[in-house]
Amino acid sequence: MIPSIPQSQAFRKTYTVYVGLFFLFLLAPLIVVAVFSLNDSLFPSLPWEGFTLDWYLEDTKERRGLFHDRAIVDSIGTSLMIAASVAILSVCVAVSNALLFERHQFRGKSVLYSLMLLPLVIPGVILGISVLSFSSGIANSLEDNYGLDFEFLRPGFLLIVLGQFAFISTMATLVISARLRKFDIELEEAALNLGASHFDVFRTITLPWLKPAIMGSAIVAFLMSFENFNTTLILAGSDSPLTITLFDRMREGSTPVLNAVSTLLMLGSGVLALASLFIQRKK
Amino acid sequence: MLRFSGKNLSFYLLLTPLLLTLVLLVILPQLDMLIVSLRERISYGEYTFSLLHYQEFVNEPFYWNTFLRTAVMSIMATLITLLLAFPIAWYIAKIAQGRNKSLIFLACLIPFWVSELVRTYGWMILLRESGVISVFLQWSGLASGPVEMLYNDITVMTGLVYASMLFMVVPLVSTLEGMDDSLVEAAYDLGASTFTVIRTVILPYAMPGVISGCIVVFMLTLGNYLTPTLLGGKDSLWFTEQIFTQFITRFNWEQGAAFGVLLLSLSSLIVWLGLKLSGQSFKKAVAS
Repeated sequence: MIPSIPQSQAFRKTYTVYVGLFFLFLLAPLIVVAVFSLNDSLFPSLPWEGFTLDWYLEDTKERRGLFHDRAIVDSIGTSLMIAASVAILSVCVAVSNALLFERHQFRGKSVLYSLMLLPLVIPGVILGISVLSFSSGIANSLEDNYGLDFEFLRPGFLLIVLGQFAFISTMATLVISARLRKFDIELEEAALNLGASHFDVFRTITLPWLKPAIMGSAIVAFLMSFENFNTTLILAGSDSPLTITLFDRMREGSTPVLNAVSTLLMLGSGVLALASLFIQRKK
Repeated sequence: MLRFSGKNLSFYLLLTPLLLTLVLLVILPQLDMLIVSLRERISYGEYTFSLLHYQEFVNEPFYWNTFLRTAVMSIMATLITLLLAFPIAWYIAKIAQGRNKSLIFLACLIPFWVSELVRTYGWMILLRESGVISVFLQWSGLASGPVEMLYNDITVMTGLVYASMLFMVVPLVSTLEGMDDSLVEAAYDLGASTFTVIRTVILPYAMPGVISGCIVVFMLTLGNYLTPTLLGGKDSLWFTEQIFTQFITRFNWEQGAAFGVLLLSLSSLIVWLGLKLSGQSFKKAVAS
């Protein structure tokens, strides 16, 4: 219980052990993934055969490290492009949404707000199949009626970006709205009184205030997109992003290369997580 | 007058992206899924209205068994997550102090930053026949041969609980942090037992956090695809797998859409029930 209530020694010990075990449970899977990427063996399992970086750097027929594995390197590139597009698009729309909901009063605002939250409660797989079925419907009718073939309406880059954007933009809107709510509107009024135009006020006063929230939500959006699986699986075309490539490999069987990619992913997310914490600390 | 029109112009400029997103990516696709699920293909490009794909669901025990199983296991996973996460949230909110506290809270967030795929892969390495735990059990003499711990329900449950832990801990911590310790002290002073304090003071106070945590965890578990597929193997019988099979493998979009509508209805129903029972608004539970 709380520190001011006396508890038996045994209870406190059990509680501490429980918390310890919980963190072991939380971290164990991550630790084994990283450790076995460094094991000098053809399989990611015990026994420990010694330390090696082969699964990252080596380029022989038997041991192809991750940086020489074309399929993986290509899919990392695809994922980076998707994640960057989703992050930029989400943040732009989120700033607009935040201004709309925080600065304007209009009929149906509450309904619209609830609708905006809706993508957060639709399972990712369903978001994926609904977008797929809708865009294929349009593509098919364009092809049948006008003979037009729009490749971008078929599974692939654009559909992945749109499908992920549908729920990631909601997340970004919530973060940026929360920041905008704390803004002192008198600062804008003062600038307007001093003769600044609406655009100048937005650029020099409102936007700098929102910057930490914009940066923070851009990082989270980037990560959510890079790591998304459910929506992406349905919408992926032939050039599959990293999570899909990894998933296919995992079903075939595991190799230490998968551990190496996973470790790289963990390091990447770790750096971004620290960056976003740093930004939050500053604000 | 001029200012008014400026204000109006900016209003419509801000409204457009939101409306486009909602209509093109959420509302129309969902309606389209519903329409697709209600049609039957007669010949190429010709369809008629039909409930065939819902009848298929009702008549084929395999489908509704998988549906029920997914629902029941998701509810169980939610409850287990709540039970395991509550003491941790309490520890973070009330017992840990200062630096220690933020460190523990950060440690809880780590799995969120790491891809679900990597976490599940970690469990595969730990639990499979040649995995770390199996080797350890043989080495310590607790098992005489390799132990296969993958591909059963307990493993799938472990993976599901693991994946959702964070989404339970965070709302619980933020609700419990707002609770005044003197409430607990007062209850003890008045002679209440620990159990009574938990039941009549702490739980009612933590209820908003419990409900939003449970809703999020239930939804994520119901829609999970990775964990049941990788940890449960071919016989994991998860409903999202059925949707995926119909859409991608069998190319039977009508059936897949019908399954999608069913899963979405189930998930909305449970979310609605949760909100109704706790008297919370949708906006508050989701936005927190």
